[in-house]
Formats: sequence, structure tokens, C-alpha cells
Amino acid sequence: MTELIDFISNNLQMIYIVVLMIFVGVEVIGNVPAVLHTPLMSGANAIHGVVIIGAILVMLGADPENKLALSLGFVAVVLGTLNVVGGFVVTDRMLEMFKKKK
Amino acid sequence: MEYIFGLEFIYLVASVTYIIGLKMLGHPETARRGNLIAAAGMTLAILGTIFLYQGEVPTFIYILIGVAIVIGTIIGWLKAKRVQMTAMPELVSLFNGMGGASAALIGLIEFEHYHGQTLSIVTILGGIIIGSISFSGSMIAYGKLNGTFNKPIRLPKYNLINNVLLLGLFVFAGYIAWTHSESQLFLYLIFFAALAYGILFVVPIGGADMPVVISLLNSFTGLAAALGGFLYGNMVMLTGGILVGSAGTILTFAMCKAMNRPLSNVIFGGFGDKDTTAAEGGSKVTGSIKKATVSDVAILMNYSQKVIIVPGYGLAVAQAQHAIHELEQILESKGVQVKYAIHPVAGRMPGHMNVLLAETNVEYDKLAEMEDVNPEFNSTDVVFVVGANDVVNPAAHNDPSSPIYGMPILDAENAKQIIVNKRTMKPGYAGIDNELFYNQKTSMLFGDAKGVIQELINELKGM
Repeated sequence: MTELIDFISNNLQMIYIVVLMIFVGVEVIGNVPAVLHTPLMSGANAIHGVVIIGAILVMLGADPENKLALSLGFVAVVLGTLNVVGGFVVTDRMLEMFKKKK
Repeated sequence: MEYIFGLEFIYLVASVTYIIGLKMLGHPETARRGNLIAAAGMTLAILGTIFLYQGEVPTFIYILIGVAIVIGTIIGWLKAKRVQMTAMPELVSLFNGMGGASAALIGLIEFEHYHGQTLSIVTILGGIIIGSISFSGSMIAYGKLNGTFNKPIRLPKYNLINNVLLLGLFVFAGYIAWTHSESQLFLYLIFFAALAYGILFVVPIGGADMPVVISLLNSFTGLAAALGGFLYGNMVMLTGGILVGSAGTILTFAMCKAMNRPLSNVIFGGFGDKDTTAAEGGSKVTGSIKKATVSDVAILMNYSQKVIIVPGYGLAVAQAQHAIHELEQILESKGVQVKYAIHPVAGRMPGHMNVLLAETNVEYDKLAEMEDVNPEFNSTDVVFVVGANDVVNPAAHNDPSSPIYGMPILDAENAKQIIVNKRTMKPGYAGIDNELFYNQKTSMLFGDAKGVIQELINELKGM
């Protein structure tokens, strides 16, 4: 129990961010026309590709002798990049079509 | 110290670009720029993480990272550039799964570095479980959407099995964390069990519900990324992950609302799972249908003043979006006013139909949303329903026993003439009859959407 209380007081800043970000997420999505649901989902999909930062940190902090960690990390970076690059490019392609109308 | 400050500042800027980007994605005029802004923020964060890292790192690790990023970029870019517009939803699912897998792998590697720190282990196990579910679930969703396996598969008592497995996962994770177990075997056991749960979770759900599932898994991956952020005290992962987790959840509910189904219904099976009971629920529709020929319909449209096209899933499946646009242009050239009535859940994903039609250069203002177009059906000469069914079923208005009662629909029945193009009389996704087809004003035009529309175009050209 004390560990939990320590954890909360040590990470108060992050807990604040989590709570506030939840509200930001709700506000940002509210009242979006159904037309844009697919591109929006795709855009959000690209943003959670931020997990690639974690994959890069794993690689940077890995023990150079630990082949297993390095290979898994390598795969994690490839997959994270796929998520980021593919996500943004596919969203752009969807939106490109909306744009040339006006 | 100043380097660290620089990196934190970059993360702050990146977090702001995600928020602004998502916000701008919500408006048609700014959407594209919003996406690019978020992408720029992401690039900045990635470069900052690599080049401002504090600590000794052997050069070959930098090279490995570089190679991994180049590989991911090339594959992701090509996949995204080459995909057919109709296949877009499954690609989103695929990329989502990649993110989930990445999060799970991070957890697998970091586990041994945090032995004894209960809450960090909880975070790691949470990331592994959620990331793995998101990965295997997304792969199943991908397979369902591209038709590899589109039949829902249900083990007996699948809800019970799934819930027990999920509960077991959490209990097991709790056990590992609280006993400070260092067993790699347990770690991989939990990883594979979570993968299995992801499969079992999505496999029973029907193909038409996949958009909701993808949106849900999308927010799962966001959560997994945020857990990684928590572990490292990395702000940009935390903000990006939570933002997507929260926004994705709201989006999931918005999609459910458009289909008038509670989320629990999608996941645990409502009418989607039992076509037989669904067909029994709802009054049986009796009566005879009228068949029309292509030339009948061509003549009818030729002498109309106003035609509204109701495109549905069938149009997307038949890849008839170019044909329908050509039909619209021919009719317009003959002085007929043409509009598209887009139901919020038409196509394979909310808004997907708009994307498909936009691809073929249909004017943006010809795409009318449900609320705007519904009052117009009264003054419409011909409604042309292509591959849509449940979204025009009047039972949603007037049959309280129907499973779709209360779902917002397009009031096609108010038009003077209704032409319905379907391949067969087979009921739509909800598995119920549609009394619209038996309406006095309705004529059925059977056949593949693309072929039929092409014939219509040829007939009209000859007039």
C-alpha cells in the first residue's frame, strides 16, 4: 500500500497529464461529422505509432551483448515505423480526395 | 542537462501537434493539414529521441535503428500508396496491429530490467497484454475485411471462454507482479495467452462490425503506448497514447451510435450472431416483388427531374463507385438533378462511402448526409438504392419488434419511385426482411451493381 502511495506522489505529474489528456481526447473528437470518421480513426492510428519512441529507447538502452533484446527491439522499431509511416500516408491519401473538390 | 531540456521541449511541441492535428482532422477544410502537422511532430520526436539520447551507445546500434526505420518506412509507404480505396479499412487495421505488436515487444524486452519493482512490472505486463490483444485482434479483423475468413466462428460458450481467459490473464499478471516472479516462461505464457485472447475476442464478431472493432483496438494500442510512456516517464508517448486511447473510445461509441447498437451488443453478440432469431424477431414481410429491366429503369431516370442515389456496402464490394459516378454525370447532362444520400454507416466504415465517392471525383456538395437529405425524398422522382438494405428498411421506424427498430434510416420510401439494385433477395446484414422491397412503388433490379450500372449507362447514352 505504501508503495502505491509512493508511486502516486512520485508520478503526480504524469497522473495529471493522463487525466487532462483524457478530457482533451474527448473534446477534440466531439461533434466530428461522420464523413470524417474513417480519416480520423486512421489519423489517430498513426499517432499511437508514437510507441516507436519506446522501441527506439529499448534499442538505445539495450546491452550490446544481448542478441535477443536487440533482435526483438529491431522488430519493434520496424513495426512501429510501419504504424507511423503507413498510418500518416494512408490518412493523407484519404484526405487528398476530399481536398481537390473545392 | 541542456540536452535533456531540449528533448523535453521537443516532446512538448510534438504533443501539441498531436492535439492540433486531431482537432484539424475533424474539419473537412483543415483535415489534410492537420494530418501533416501531426506527422511533422512525430518526425521531430523520433529524431529528437535518437540524436539527443543521453548515454553511451555503440555505433552499430544506431545503424540497426536506422536500418529498421528505413525498412519500416519503405514497406509502410508502399503499402499505403498502393492500397485500393476499398481496401483502406483493412490497411488501417494492419497498421494498428503493428503498433500493438511493437508495444508488446517492448514489454517482453524490458521485463527483466525491472525485477522487484511491482508497479513497473504491472505497467509492463499491462503493455504486453493490451498490445498483444490489439495485434492478434487486428490481424483477425484484417483477415475478415479482406475476405480471408469472413464467417464468424463461434466456439460453444465462446463468451464464457473469453471472459474466463481474460480474467485468468489479469489474475496471472497480478500473480507475477506480486510474487516478484522472474520467470521468463511465465512472461511468454502471458504473451501467448493474450495473443490467443485477441483472436478469440474478434473471431466471433461479424465482418460488418469490424469498423467498431478496429476503432476499439485502435484505442487499445493507444493505451499500450501510454503504458510504455508511463514506464519510461516519457511524456510524448504518454500524451500521444492517452490522447488516442481517449479519442478512439469516443469514436468507437460514435460509430456504435450511428448503427444504433450498444457496444456490448457488438462484442458479446446481439442480433449479429444469431441470424435465425433475428429473422424471427421482426414481423415477417409478405407480398410480391416487382422486377424491372434495365431499359425500364433507364427510361424512368431519363424523364425524372430529381434522382437520389443511396449507395451501400454492395456498391463498395462490387467496386461500382466509378460506374455510379458516370451514371450521375450522364443524368446530369440530361438535366436530371442527382444527389447521393449517405447513411452514416454506409460502406465498410463510417465515412468510407464518402472517401470512395470522393476518389471518383464526385462533387463534394452532391454527397448529402442523412439529416439533410431525408426531407428531400418527398420531392424526389426516383431513389436508386445500390447494394444497401438495412439503412433504408422502414421497419426501423414502424416495427417495434424489429431488431433494427430505432436505428436512424434514410427515408427512401417517401420517394415517388424506388429502384433497388441487389444481387439476390438475400436479407442484409441484420438478417431481416425489408418491406421496402415489397412496396407498391418499388421495383427490383437484380444483378451485380457494376454490371447493372454499366448497362444503364449504355441505355441512357442511346437515348
